[in-house]
Parts: sequence; structure tokens; C-alpha cells
Amino acid sequence: MFTIAKETAWCPGCGNFGILQGLKEGLDSLNLEPHQVVISSGIGQAAKTPHYISANMFNGLHGRSLPAGIGIKLANKDLTVIVESGDGCSYGEGGNHFVHAVRRNLDITHLVHNNQVYGLTKGQASPTTAKHQQTELQSEGVQLEPLNPLTLALTLGAGFVARGFFADRKQLAALIAEAISYRGYALIDILQTCPSFNKVNTLKWYKERVYYLSAEHNPADMGQARIKAEEWGERIPLGVIYKRETAEYGAHNTVINANPPLVDLPLKPHDAKRFMDEFR
Amino acid sequence: MDFTVLIGGAAGQGMDTLGMMLAKSLKTLGFHVFLHRDYMSRIRGGHNFVKVRFSNRPVLSHADEVTVIVALNAETIELHSGQLSEDGRVITLENGGKVPPNLQKRTIQLSSADIVERSGNKRVAGTAALSCVLKLFGLPLAALSDTIVTVFAGTTAVANETAAQMGYDAAETKFHAEAPAPWDNIFINGNEAVALGALAAGCKFYAGYPMTPATSIMTYLAKKANDAPILVEQAEDEIAAINMALGASYAGVRAMTGTSGGGFALMAEGVSLAGITETPLVIAVAQRPGPATGLPTRTEQSDLSFVVHAGHGEFPRLVMALRHPEDAFYQTARAFNLAEKYQIPVFLLTDQYLADYTQTVAPFDFARVSIERSLATAVQAGEYLRYELTDTGLSPRIVPGKFPGKLVYVDSDEHDEAGRITEAAAVRKSMVEKRQRKGAALHPELLEPEYIGCDEPKVLIVCWGSTYGPVREAVLALNQQNHAVGALVFGDIYPLPTKMLERYSRQASKLVNLEQNATGQLASLIRQHTGLACDHSLLKYDGRQWSKDEVIAALIKEVL
Ligand SMILES: Cc1ncc(C[n+]2csc(CCOP(=O)(O)OP(=O)(O)O)c2C)c(N)n1
Ligand SMILES: [Mg+2]
Repeated sequence: MFTIAKETAWCPGCGNFGILQGLKEGLDSLNLEPHQVVISSGIGQAAKTPHYISANMFNGLHGRSLPAGIGIKLANKDLTVIVESGDGCSYGEGGNHFVHAVRRNLDITHLVHNNQVYGLTKGQASPTTAKHQQTELQSEGVQLEPLNPLTLALTLGAGFVARGFFADRKQLAALIAEAISYRGYALIDILQTCPSFNKVNTLKWYKERVYYLSAEHNPADMGQARIKAEEWGERIPLGVIYKRETAEYGAHNTVINANPPLVDLPLKPHDAKRFMDEFR
Repeated sequence: MDFTVLIGGAAGQGMDTLGMMLAKSLKTLGFHVFLHRDYMSRIRGGHNFVKVRFSNRPVLSHADEVTVIVALNAETIELHSGQLSEDGRVITLENGGKVPPNLQKRTIQLSSADIVERSGNKRVAGTAALSCVLKLFGLPLAALSDTIVTVFAGTTAVANETAAQMGYDAAETKFHAEAPAPWDNIFINGNEAVALGALAAGCKFYAGYPMTPATSIMTYLAKKANDAPILVEQAEDEIAAINMALGASYAGVRAMTGTSGGGFALMAEGVSLAGITETPLVIAVAQRPGPATGLPTRTEQSDLSFVVHAGHGEFPRLVMALRHPEDAFYQTARAFNLAEKYQIPVFLLTDQYLADYTQTVAPFDFARVSIERSLATAVQAGEYLRYELTDTGLSPRIVPGKFPGKLVYVDSDEHDEAGRITEAAAVRKSMVEKRQRKGAALHPELLEPEYIGCDEPKVLIVCWGSTYGPVREAVLALNQQNHAVGALVFGDIYPLPTKMLERYSRQASKLVNLEQNATGQLASLIRQHTGLACDHSLLKYDGRQWSKDEVIAALIKEVL
């Protein structure tokens, strides 16, 4: 239902193909119709995803997919809003928005295609690139510590924190569907290869390391979640790291919850006259 | 009659409340009132003052000359006694000493110690000063008492009344202030008028980040959030604010953001996004002196060029300079219609002076506000084309989610008619031209500047925005002295409406731009659009608004 025929601008073997497929299947499984879904994206190779899917699209600025998506959801709470972009867009240029989107806890789903590199601008380090990894720009290797989006989201109080993997679209589709169904801000950091610019984190590299969290992992347990969120290197966990019910922004914001979607409110100039009369 | 009362002291001494109480008392009595604040960017200390000007005729700006000074500290007398009229009076709340000898005979010294003792309240000394003011003008104490009852409650109200009686008894009437016939009015400042205009226009979403002097638009709207209703979001920064507002507008609500120069600098990329995505947006830019942090609580008109040019790439926009509170109300409401009709960003350019001065004005006529959404109510079969090419450049706009089977793709990349990313040369060219056609279609909407003055001006002043009040008063005063002066005050300023300018500039022998900046930004714009060069520039950039007296003096000295 969400599939359209459109030639992509991605390289052969790009991890984005798997994520696109996972997203379509995830949406299909939820019985949503394309016109009920909006995807807000930024700029980058990942951010082109909504061009290749049948759903409403706000393809805005680099780093600004979150605030635009938030504005859309606030204006029309009936829409399913997915914010989708790369690791650079979401954690670098848009880092401040990431921090505050978690705090706001609006009912949106944030999909970050994390290829640990700036793909579109040809391979510079992103906030998640490993320390010492060399790039054309960071020829001596990256000098900064990588950012761990999962621990950061947990620390900020996110209620749904998960890690996906592009190469397993079935699991990814299920994870995306679960994130969309979650009431509140849901983050899925999706591991992804960049065959053109990231020669370190290859499919082989990932396959040797990733594993799915077992039934023993209790996603409601913050202690366990922190341990799993920090696990990286030899073994990399996939799945829902942390999940608990939270007070979603729209549910406690009185303007949103006491009214129909803002977009459906009637507009009558005269209704504001009583406010002017207070100045008499 | 035309009087001004100045109340001065350190930040935290309550000048704002006192100024408001005095102004409201005068309003109750039927006077035309103009309340102007001069504030430092600090919470305690420093020197702040408010000026309350009142008359039996409309007052449109502040005056330099002061009839009564209420000095809450000694510094106020030092700084302002030079502006006191010949027969002016000073009211102090301290015991003697600090009043210069030449002023002692004209000073009424209220003892705050006595007032505190008799009223049993430390904070009511200012009230005594206000009642003393009323007595000086021969006005009834009841006017103040009514205000006290609405401002204070319970014991404080009683203490205030005691203090008021003490102050009233301390003075004798010196000036004759006669109120005009009662008239229907509201007492409102520029930012409140903008906010009311937005509410009347059906704005349902405002995102912003606090920055003086724009903050009070957001604060006012937030107070009405549940009632209106309107969603007011404090964003994490101005970049988020404009992007949230654009998202909301895309989703179909009337959306707005507002800030001052520094915050607007952060929004510039978002302005460009509004341009290419053709997303309607109303943006209030309340100017203060720059560069960078500049003078945060003062006024300037130095961001005209910036707002006209902000945002990379080429796309149409409309910039309206707001001239006074009534203008602010009607223009704000109009801005929402034009933003949606032309699918462009529309700017409300205001400044600290207009944002913060409070004036008695005729109530706004809500019947004059109409809401024209310019949304497509039906769509053709087949794929919906958000950027369909048309003669006017305007494409039918629908709200996402409202038409099953129809999807709304908007893109910050160059796109085809469907909104899909493309680099095809022919498509690029057609989209650039489409956006330019919208700009051309917008032209007939432009409102010509307001002309003030005699029929055949020899000297033509051009100015814009908040200098309206001082310039209007100055020009009318000069006309009375038989000076052939006129002024064109621009509201819509970009694109620049040029018809009146061309007509009047042909008659006048001298064209003078009067602006609150150092480089003459309106003069540059005029020259760029018409080739007309101003013969003389009157520029003020000390962070304090041109007063009518300064306008008159500058014209007489330098031009007439
Ligand atoms: C304001 C701004 N700065 C920089 C750029 C250039 N730019 C475009 S995409 C990008 C990085 C993309 O990296 P990421 O978000 O990880 O996406 P990827 O291409 O890897 O999917 C940059 C720096 C831009 N478009 N806008
Ligand atoms: Mg990337």
C-alpha cells in the first residue's frame, strides 16, 4: 500500500534499501492509509526515504526534521507522524532538537538511519563515527568520543528506545510498527551500512556482532536497559532496549487534549473580540 | 492641554505598576493617554522611567517636556530636571536634601517613613505620589481609588487608600486638566495588538523562543491558550520555533512565530524553507538595536535590510512595517490572509518602541477582519500536484490527511510539480519562474504609504513603522506654523509600493528620510526600487525613539 515506483538516489548495496522496505512493511501491518501518515525528514541520503514511499512528506532542512514533525503532530494529532533522517542530521546538526524532543515526549516515531558517517557529503565523520576511524576529512582519525544515542535518550527520560538493523527487514518492520503504536516519543536507532563511505562498519562487521535481546531482557527495567544501551563493540544488542508507559505530551497539554485536532477548529474573528474588551 | 508625568527610579521600584495605575486613572477620566517605558536590561538597580502623557486630544507619541517628575530616587531628579517645564513640579519620596536649590520651591516632599507608618504597609508610598499628581492637575482622587481596587485586593487596598489620601492632601492644584467628552477606547500596546490580530485571524499555533521585545506577544497568547484556543509552544531555540511553525502550517493551521534580530538570524534558513516549500507563515520581527546583543531593551529600525534579504535563494515575500497599535492589529490579521493566498512568508516588522508603548485607541473593529484561507476545497482526479504550474504561480493547496488517496509532498530540494526532488534543468527553470510569478501577482495587494501633511509639500519626509506617531505630530505642528511639510509613512514596505512616493516626490523639492538607524535603510530601498535619492537624512541610533520634539527641532535646524 505504501509502495511507489520511483528510482532512488542510493548506491547499490546501500543500507537504506532495507530500511525503506522495513518501513513500508511496518506501516502496512498497522492498517494505516498513506494519507494518514506524514514523514518529516531532513537532508542527507537517509532523509530521501520519504520520496520513495507513498505517504505525505515534509522534506525540510538538514537537522530540522524533528521540529517540523513536531509542528505537524501538534497541528493535527490525528496524523501518524514519523521523523526520519540520518545520524548526522538527527544527532549532529539537529542534536538540540533531539534532546528536547525526548523531553517533550510527543507521540511521534523517530527513525535514525545510523550509518556512522555523513553519506551525502561524502564520508566525513558523524557524531556516531568510532574514535580513531579515518575519513578523508579526519585523516588522522576522529578525535572525539562517539555519541551513544541510546544512553542519551535513556538519560533524557525517553519511554521507548530501540535499536534496529537494516539487514533484517522483518524484525525491523515489527520494531517500527511497535514504535508507531507506542504513545509518546519513540526512538529507533537503525544500524545501516554505507558501502561507499564507511569501510569499517560493513555488513560483515555488523553480522559478527549483532544479536537480538532475548526474552530474559526486561525492557521495563531501567538498570538492564542501561547495560544493554551501553553494550557496543564485540556484541551489539538489537530490539527494544527500554519501554515503559509515559505521559505523552498531547495527553496532558490542555489545548491539545481538550480540543479536536487544531486543524479542525473553526475560525471566527468575532470570537476574539472578548479578549479586546479586557483592554477597555 | 498636553501634560507629561515622568516616574523614575531604579529597576525593581515598581515604576511599571505606578505608570499603569496613573495611566488607567487618566483613562477612566476620559483622557487620551500615551504610556512610554524606558528600561535598562536589568532586574534590579540602574535607572528606569515611564512617561505618562495625557491630553484631551489624541496623543500618538511621547513628549520630551515633562510637567511633573515623580522621583523615587535622587538620580531621577539629576537626570530629568532639565526636561521639566518652566512651571513643572517635582514629587519626591525622600526627606529633603537631595533636591537642588533652584527646584526646592517646586518640589513636594512626601515622607515615605510617614506613609509607611500610617498605612502600615511598606509598598504603598508610590500610591501617595500618584494621588499627589492627580491633585496637582485638579483631578478627583476617586479615579485612582477605582484603579487601586482593581489592582490591589484586601488589606493592601486599604493601605493604598490611606496612602492615596495622604498624597492627595499634600499638594495644591497647579495645572488645569480638563477631560474630553467620554469616548470609547481601549488601552493597548503594539505587541498586544499583534497578538489580538493573530487571534482574530484564527492563528492556532505560535512557536517562539523568548527574546525582548518580542516575548510579550507569546506571553499574551499563552494566557489565552485555553480560551482561544491556541497552542503556544516555547521551542528549544528559534530554529526549532520556525520549523515547528512551518510544520504546523503545512499540516493546515494558521501558524506564526516571532522574535527579535538575533533570533531572527537563526531563523533565516527557515525563511528560505518557507520560500521553496511555499508554506504560508507569519513572522513577527520586533527590532532592537544590534549588532549581536546590542541594547536589549531599547529601540531601533536597523533590521529592515536584513528582513528584506534574509534567507538564501530567491523567493517572494511580503514585509509590513507596523506603525501603531491599530495598524498592528489590522495588518496582522491581513498578514495571515496574504501568507495563505500567496503561500509565502509574511513579516510583521515592529520594534521595541511600538511593542511596549501603551496608548488609548478606538476599539478594533472585528467586523473588518475576514478570514480567507485560500485552500483548495476540491481536488482533481489523479495524483495531487502540490506545485502545479499555473499562470499566477499559485498552486491549489490542500491539507494533508483530508483527502483520502491524495498525498502532499513538499520539499526543500528543488522539486517537480508533485513535490519530488529533481535536478532537471527545465523543471528548475519552471519552478524558479513559478515562484517569481507569485511575487508579481502579489503586487496589486500592496498598500500605499499613509500621507500626512499639507496638500503641496515642499519638504517630503519618508519614514516607516513606529516613527509614525512622532512624525505625524511633528508634521501637523509644523503645518500649523505654515511650513509646507508632508510625510509618507510606509506600512507595506517590501515589495515597496511606489505610486504615492512618485507623485509626492515630484511636488516636493526636498526628499528627507527620517529613520531610527544609522545607515538610512529605507532611503536605500527607495533608491533601489525607484532611483529616487533622498536629499537629506535624519537618523537616530542611540536606542531612544525619535520624539515629536526632536523631529521638529531636527527639521527646523537641518532642512526647513
Ligand atoms: C545547514 C546545512 N549544513 C550542511 C548541509 C550539508 N549536508 C547535507 S547532508 C549532510 C550530512 C548527512 O549525513 P547524515 O545525516 O548522516 O545522512 P546520510 O547521508 O549519511 O544518510 C550535510 C552535512 C546542509 N544541507 N545544510
Ligand atoms: Mg549518516
